Amino acid sequence: MSEKRETRIVYGEALVEAGQRNDRVAVLDADLFKSTRSVLFRDAFPERFVDMGIAEMDMVSTAAGLSASGMVPFVNTFAMFITAHCYDQIRIQICYPRLHVVLAGSSAGLTQGPDGASHQSLEDIALMRALPKMTVLVPADGVETRAMTLAAAGQLDGPIYLRLGRYPVPDVLPEDYVFELGRAKWLRDGDDVAILACGHMVAAAVDAAEKLAQEGISAAVVNMSTIKPLDVASVHEAMRRRLVVTVEEHSIIGGLGGAVAEAMAEVGGGPRLLRLGTRDVFGESAVADELLEKHGLTPDGIASSVAGALSH
Amino acid sequence: METSERTLRLKSVSYREAILRIISQAGAGHTGGDLSAIDILNVLYNRILNVSPQTASDPDRDRFVQSKGHCVEALYAVLADRGFFPSAELDTVCRYGSRLIGHPTRAVPGIEHNTGALGHGLAVAVGMALAGRLDGRSYRVFTLLGDGELDEGSNWEASMAAAHYGLDNLIVIVDRNGLQITGPTEQVNALEPLADKFRSFGYALRQVDGHDIPALVEALASAPFERGKPSLLLAHTVKGKGISFAENQAGWHHRVPSAAELERAWAELAAQRAALEGS
Ligand SMILES: [Mg+2]
Repeated sequence: MSEKRETRIVYGEALVEAGQRNDRVAVLDADLFKSTRSVLFRDAFPERFVDMGIAEMDMVSTAAGLSASGMVPFVNTFAMFITAHCYDQIRIQICYPRLHVVLAGSSAGLTQGPDGASHQSLEDIALMRALPKMTVLVPADGVETRAMTLAAAGQLDGPIYLRLGRYPVPDVLPEDYVFELGRAKWLRDGDDVAILACGHMVAAAVDAAEKLAQEGISAAVVNMSTIKPLDVASVHEAMRRRLVVTVEEHSIIGGLGGAVAEAMAEVGGGPRLLRLGTRDVFGESAVADELLEKHGLTPDGIASSVAGALSH
Repeated sequence: METSERTLRLKSVSYREAILRIISQAGAGHTGGDLSAIDILNVLYNRILNVSPQTASDPDRDRFVQSKGHCVEALYAVLADRGFFPSAELDTVCRYGSRLIGHPTRAVPGIEHNTGALGHGLAVAVGMALAGRLDGRSYRVFTLLGDGELDEGSNWEASMAAAHYGLDNLIVIVDRNGLQITGPTEQVNALEPLADKFRSFGYALRQVDGHDIPALVEALASAPFERGKPSLLLAHTVKGKGISFAENQAGWHHRVPSAAELERAWAELAAQRAALEGS
């Protein structure tokens, strides 16, 4: 198994690479550049780095002005602040005129850990997904983080939300992985159940599928790293099994689970859907693994929920 | 009166007529703020900004962001006059299918940015000014703020950044008409001492009568007011300016004139035109 990496760390390194490839890339941060790792870009390209101080809304609007003037801004702070705190600015200044701005939400999800509910972003995917013209990306591992970061600075256009975490995960994708917007990656096939996961939960879902195999349950695992536009064809393919499961480090409302529920309901007549995630609650302080355990988001927790749902 | 001043003042009369026509056909609009801002927009688009329909995507053009987006009718009147789109299109403002909607969008030729939620424009202008500096371009960025929207904290965040980065390519104009939707600014959430606030935030500040055309031309042409600092022009204006019964009335913030009121307005504006032509 490969070395485990945090997606926020890989992102910081990839951002420098993006800056080397594209001299229009500019980076903004709100006094968290050490944590978001945009410090690496600051050191490499100080003339294209703008520290806005602890003024996130100002940072988002300033990025809109930079984008409107031909730059490709990457906006950095914790996921909770960049999405919930700046929603009006994102909506009107970036999405409405469809500007190419990358909002990198760092330390997303429960695995933010000790800071507790104020800093644990469990609604950000839902918030960003509801915005017209927004693309929502949740990389599964270091390989995909680098690919998405370079794509966001390159061939992609328009507003992009890139959700990053601080929980070390093994690479689940091959080194030669090519990121395609809106195309889910089937990591493993299986006949009984399809587990659609995003972010840190992809590696957990792969391990859960191993455990299920030992119990005689054949589980497919799909990396749904583009939440919007959703790979609806993969959802339809998943529906050919007895059960569809979504797993995300996010509320079951409005995120991956919500998006898949909508896609399944629109065709109708398929299997039932089990959504795993946080169940309409705020986070709390703890070590990341304790919180994943509590919310049933470990490989054992996922396997147990899947087996339980199949036995009903 | 100099010819060029008379020409501009006649334009202001025409713009006021266009604003009232737009608002009455649309059955909606922001009469008071349009009329307080129109002389500023007139001077900007006819004397200051190096913009034209032919150079609308020139990277070296000056930028203008109208943060008080609700006063879009005034902007439409000026942009149509400058040839960014046909004047006939002004009859479609706020109509189904028209690109001239109730707040500014980049879909309209000549408009640099979408606004509408108050307190956003200044930070966007800061971003444009920063981009100009990163690119080594000499364009200037102008933004027009209402005084009511200064309640929004985002203006003060953006002001800090503008001063911190020493953006002397940024010129902020405040339409200080003293009123906001429900009443006088000093009763709703007092702004004074406003000039002192702006100075302490790092602006080089000048004050002007926002309806004195030559004074506006002189002040805006003199920007930056100080090297290494963002400029702030505090333009003292009258909400509803030019229509006697609308002047200084908070109720005219978004009131649509009745047929009888329109008749009175046409007569007053015709008298203003006649006075200018005879001067
Ligand atoms: Mg006002």
